Amino acid sequence: MEANRPDRDDPLQVTADRRQEPPTRLLPTWLKLTGQGLWCEPGGFFVDPGRAVARAVITHGHADHARAGHDHVLATPETVAIMQARYGDRAGRTLEALPCDQIRRIDGVSVRFVPAGHILGSAQVVLEHAGTRVVVSGDFKRRADPTCDPFEPVPCDLFITEATFGLPVFRHPPDAVAVDRLLTSLNTFPDRAHLVGAYALGKAQRLIALLRQAGCDRTIWLHGALVRLCDLYRDRGVPLGDLALCSGGRRKDMAGEIVLCPPSALADRWSRGFPDPVIAMASGWMQVRQRARQRGVELPLVISDHADWDQLTETIRDVGAPRVLVTHGQEDALVHWARGIGVEADALSLTGYADEGE
Amino acid sequence: MKAFAALLDALAFAPQRNAKLRLLQRYFRETPDPDRGYGLAALTGTLTFPHAKPALIRSLVGTRTDPVLFALSYDYVGDLAETAALLWPAEGEASTPPPLARVVATLGCADKAQLPGQVTAFLDALDESGRFALLKLITGGLRVGVSARLAKTALAELGSVDVAEIEELWHGLKPPYGELFAWLEGRGARPTGHHGLGFRPMMLATSLAEAELDALDPADFAAEWKWDGIRVQVTARGGEARLWSRTGEDITRAFPDVVARMTFDAVLDGELLVVRDGVVAPFNHLQQRLGRKTVGAKRLNEYPAAIMVYDLLMENGEDLRPRPMEQRRRRLEAWTRQLSLPQVALSPLVAFSTWDDLAGMRAAARDDGIEGLMLKRWDSDYVPGRPKGPWFKWKRAPLTVDCVLMYARRGHGRRSSFYSDYTFGCWQEDNGVGRALVPVGKAYFGFTDAELAELDRWVRAHTMERYGPVRAVRPELVLEIACDSVHPSARHKSGLAMRFPRVQRIRWDKPAGEADTVEALRALIARV
Repeated sequence: MEANRPDRDDPLQVTADRRQEPPTRLLPTWLKLTGQGLWCEPGGFFVDPGRAVARAVITHGHADHARAGHDHVLATPETVAIMQARYGDRAGRTLEALPCDQIRRIDGVSVRFVPAGHILGSAQVVLEHAGTRVVVSGDFKRRADPTCDPFEPVPCDLFITEATFGLPVFRHPPDAVAVDRLLTSLNTFPDRAHLVGAYALGKAQRLIALLRQAGCDRTIWLHGALVRLCDLYRDRGVPLGDLALCSGGRRKDMAGEIVLCPPSALADRWSRGFPDPVIAMASGWMQVRQRARQRGVELPLVISDHADWDQLTETIRDVGAPRVLVTHGQEDALVHWARGIGVEADALSLTGYADEGE
Repeated sequence: MKAFAALLDALAFAPQRNAKLRLLQRYFRETPDPDRGYGLAALTGTLTFPHAKPALIRSLVGTRTDPVLFALSYDYVGDLAETAALLWPAEGEASTPPPLARVVATLGCADKAQLPGQVTAFLDALDESGRFALLKLITGGLRVGVSARLAKTALAELGSVDVAEIEELWHGLKPPYGELFAWLEGRGARPTGHHGLGFRPMMLATSLAEAELDALDPADFAAEWKWDGIRVQVTARGGEARLWSRTGEDITRAFPDVVARMTFDAVLDGELLVVRDGVVAPFNHLQQRLGRKTVGAKRLNEYPAAIMVYDLLMENGEDLRPRPMEQRRRRLEAWTRQLSLPQVALSPLVAFSTWDDLAGMRAAARDDGIEGLMLKRWDSDYVPGRPKGPWFKWKRAPLTVDCVLMYARRGHGRRSSFYSDYTFGCWQEDNGVGRALVPVGKAYFGFTDAELAELDRWVRAHTMERYGPVRAVRPELVLEIACDSVHPSARHKSGLAMRFPRVQRIRWDKPAGEADTVEALRALIARV
């Protein structure tokens, strides 16, 4: 097993990788962009590294941020639990849980998690060193979410923000619109199974919680890949109501039922055998009709776990940082906008983060 | 406007025809006049606005948004109406959205100076789907997968009438179609329309299965060549003439050479072809004339169009459709004899006495302009639609080529989880270095559901790379592809294009190395 693990972090390797990255003058000298991700030199740790490393600080449990096989992991208790549920023994050699708003000092660097509102356990990383405060947003949203703590803006000198929906065409309508759409369709087509593609971690549980809030108390059926994470949410005190596994033999009985599955399952053999299925998908991407149509979605549900354009710009104003770095997503537009309000801004190309739900 | 916007949104995502029909019917049933009539007009493409054009949208968006942000957004979304609808930063209090009828009246108004202010006010009053609907009215082309025919079919089912009746009336009606809805709902008389220049729904043939011939008496049938053009109808009266496609689209303006000097009073059924010095050119010549709104002198000259007529539906106001084919044919022959228009010719009958005779002639016909034979019962009335029995098409045996499967794409609707669209290639010498596969076409039908499941399994097991919904597969499976003809094409890497390609057989047994070469395929190009 040991031999198959990706390479351990090697300082020489880091130096070599740096040559390929564009220089970013907005980063303080103690933070560096490397091939593995953002590297805090004095603290000796990476934030959300793309490969297994010696010390990793993890913002949240999605697989493109929380990889398996690190030696030491620092994350919120919920994120630690998610990593353990997903990776088992490979979650990391030592897993250190740091609740939000507590400070952990690592070799002169202060590290603190602050809720990011993205999924259960998701956090921003607040780093302070040499009189400078840097906030790494991780993935975040500003909208109320019954399954996690809300985002708190932290004033800082440098804000490193995601930009998944960093174009002004992305302005997500209220969640109630999507929930109502799904329930209306269920009424209109009581003889059709409603297959809803939703990311297994976060989106699925949020959609269930939103349906419950809307008074829908029927059994919600799950693809096998969702069961463990729904159990984990419930164990962590998020009520999800009556859930049941939709096993192969039950597909034919799913007329008029809601069945949640990972988006990839919609186009897979798994989706065969349901009675005249309505293909739905819960994602911020569903706002662009062509995107939804490309994926063969009949019922697009705009529910996003990422900040939309208005939330992104509002957040940049809220944190009041004179410098902003924009990472994974549509960087160009947000950089352009930030510069327009007098903020120093650049794109920071962190590689390896996936589109939501892809 | 709200109902129309909701309809467009729902139609855009409804994958199947039946679902679209249900949505259309609900809209027509539940939306009051005159809004539903304007909705129908928008769906059938009968609305045009003299001054409300896409440039107006760009300039309005420019007044409210940063041009860089707009450009980046447009680049991402790829559709002007949708980008502007999503991006529009509404100002002022939300107000009651305007009814569709008022929007249409405003967009159609002749006062160009007032338009920007009025459209801005609409954009501010509407939500995102409302803005999308409004802007789609301006850009034209709703692109929600609804043809004029489908909209009429929904209407027909709503009023329990035949869609042919609606087609028949259609060209005498105008938005917002109050009379039509009143009739469909049993509140009014059947609109009279105007019958002179209107499109008459066509009678279509079914494909002949050769086994069926045994049960048919050759004496009951007339045979004609099946021309490789497009089916059209000419309606002429009072010195005016119109040319209609099979689905009732008015294509008159693209074919001035065909309708020139048509001063007669008649409705004709025939085939549109490119003909030079009496010789019918291959179909791809006709393609140079299709899909255009208007046509330039050069194209008219290089690709002269003509009609081969084979039926006479009306003559001097007399409806011949209830008369048998035999009588209509006699009238048509007499009618064409006294006509002297070079662009109109009579499609000849093919004389035969036994089916074997006819089969021999069909096999021997290698003429470029001929696709096969038509069989029509002498006693058949001209009835709209595709009744089984009176008319048959008996196509020439297809060309077949052995190709290698290269890429597979996931299908849609019922096939959404299956790799059902196939790109296949033939071998080409690669500068003496070796042979490489060059894509020569795509096919997505011709196989059974069981074969589809097998192909899907094969594709999943032989994937080399994935590009979104497309998989590149190992070049190991031979598909026998049938096509009607092969044409030179500058747009394809192989330099040729197949007409109507379909999967004839899956050659599980054949080694890919023995598939055909591009050279062999090129040899099948119709001699021009």
